[in-house]
Amino acid sequence: MTTTGPTGQVGTAAVLDDRRPATATERIGQLLRKDGVGALVVLTVISIFAVITVPGFGTTGNVQNTLLSASFPAMIAVGMTFVIISGGIDLSVGSVFALGSVLSTYAVSHGRGFLPALALTVLVCTVIGLVQGTLIARSGLPPFIMTLAGLLGVRGLVLSITDEGQKVYVAGPGSGFVKLGTGSLLQVGYPVWIAVLLFVIGYVVLERTGLGLSVFAIGGSEDAALLMGLKVRRVKIRLYVLSALCAGAAGLLQAAYSQSGIPTGGDGYELQAIAAVVIGGTLLTGGSGSLIGTGCGVLLLAVVQNVINLGAFGHIDSSAQGVVTGLFLVVVVALQRYVNRTHRR
Amino acid sequence: MSDTATAPRQPTVPTWKQAAAMSRDKGVYLALILLVGYNLLFTSNWATVGNLKLQLVIVAPIVIVALGMALAIGTGGIDLSVGAVMAISAALAGSFLNAGVPAVPAVLLVLACGALVGALNGGLVAVVNVQPIVATLAVLVGGRGLAQLIATDQSLSVDDAIFLRLGSASLLGVRMPIYAGVVPALLVTFIVLRTTFGRRVVAVGDNPIASYLSGLPVRRTLITVYIVSAVLASWAGLVVTAYTTSSDPRTNGLLYELYAITAVVVGGTPLQGGRVRILGTIAGALVMQTIVSTLNFHNIPDSVSRMVTAAIIVVAVYVQRPRAGS
Repeated sequence: MTTTGPTGQVGTAAVLDDRRPATATERIGQLLRKDGVGALVVLTVISIFAVITVPGFGTTGNVQNTLLSASFPAMIAVGMTFVIISGGIDLSVGSVFALGSVLSTYAVSHGRGFLPALALTVLVCTVIGLVQGTLIARSGLPPFIMTLAGLLGVRGLVLSITDEGQKVYVAGPGSGFVKLGTGSLLQVGYPVWIAVLLFVIGYVVLERTGLGLSVFAIGGSEDAALLMGLKVRRVKIRLYVLSALCAGAAGLLQAAYSQSGIPTGGDGYELQAIAAVVIGGTLLTGGSGSLIGTGCGVLLLAVVQNVINLGAFGHIDSSAQGVVTGLFLVVVVALQRYVNRTHRR
Repeated sequence: MSDTATAPRQPTVPTWKQAAAMSRDKGVYLALILLVGYNLLFTSNWATVGNLKLQLVIVAPIVIVALGMALAIGTGGIDLSVGAVMAISAALAGSFLNAGVPAVPAVLLVLACGALVGALNGGLVAVVNVQPIVATLAVLVGGRGLAQLIATDQSLSVDDAIFLRLGSASLLGVRMPIYAGVVPALLVTFIVLRTTFGRRVVAVGDNPIASYLSGLPVRRTLITVYIVSAVLASWAGLVVTAYTTSSDPRTNGLLYELYAITAVVVGGTPLQGGRVRILGTIAGALVMQTIVSTLNFHNIPDSVSRMVTAAIIVVAVYVQRPRAGS
């Protein structure tokens, strides 16, 4: 981050003369401009700083817990990254998250096993994604408004399943469902592994497949994508289904972890996910972004929250978390603008 | 917007005829009339003076916030920070009043702080060129936390008699919060229909590059719009503080950004900008509030009421989709 000033100027010179071999500072500048690398650098610096200065941050238990609590928003952020790169946005993920956790615990508490719970969640989330995606892609509703209605409506659905939010379905300990949330492999909880797996699959799809290319193309210019013969509508519908599935899966795993489906869960998760995606360097205008950046954004927010919770700044209450996140957003976004501007001219 | 004498006379300031044309899409008004008619006929105890006054008092802060939102959306932007600005304004008002600052200077100070937040939003949007949704998202995420820090995470009770009049006093049988909503509504309507600034807002929203090339002060217009929006949100925060007689940064203005956006969009202002419908926005806020109260009066559970609200938003936007050639 500190190198952006000088590299910006050098970068301008490099555009004027492409044949000249890049100097070391230029290389660093180009690297920093690559999607997500900036967030990775900040994450590394802050983590090292926290390990040295904040007592209790570097312990195995704390790292395990931080990763575990970051894994649920991370899954949501995977779907959100796809949607945002395509030029859309999905505000309904927080409510869909709650729906996933309530539906799965509903199935489990009614004596069903893990597979029926998973099937029910996947089915309902797919339908929600299909409805939103179809209205956005075929009827041309603005994604912001459509998924805003989704945020309201799906929360209503959650409340209607849970007797106006008064009923909390509980999954008994010892079931396969709960083991999925609480078990661990190599000292790391299953949800973390699943989140990592989602990121890897998402990365491959986004960077190495035709679908991924179409997502970038649509986000870059929807008209151009249409003229190139891409199935824009079909891809967009799939993206909103993907986002709903990611959010639902995150809710299911959170429910398996906490052994209960909380009707008010996931409130504000859409903002966290969007913040993580933006901090990770994905542009809300669409057409550019990366899942590596998003992963760093999620971890960055988790580390900041953890550092505050550990009392690194004295007894600041948890409300300071929002302030820090907001500041991060401003700084990161302003820097992105600055870097991109010098890059393009 | 200086007219030269050679061109055939073209009205650069909209006439009232054009103002009437602005409200040609009468969907939202029709919905309002139908809803009110339904309630008059079928909902017992709805059409009482007491209830109608109560509904208007509840909708007043939403209208105030939605006015600024309509301007921001008119420029092709959006202001997600309004709810958080309301919380900041509540926290500041509580702190100032409890520290013994008299009501009027306290209110002015709070509005000035609101203007500062607006300047931050506007600066990010117009000078740094950050997308409005991201720039104001930062304040949405951070603002409420800041408000809780200001109020040291407490709900402060407010007992300044002069300040509380803003919430409880009546004039000619109408409660103050209603005036607090009507006055800015008239002001903003006048600004949009009758001033150069109003034309600039629409022009910038319609085509920012063309506006810039034709010499309009695009940056200044954008910054002003976000300042106006934030000041209006602060004002709404003060009104809510006054009629709840407490400044609670946790709940004041919670989700108001969504209510305001809904009112603006249901009222027929397209999210793409280039058009501002203030009357429609007010009608939009009234429609949404009437729906909620209707469902409440018929003992429809909260869950169903949310789903109905969602469906109505989708239908409203679907009906008002931009058509080719419009």
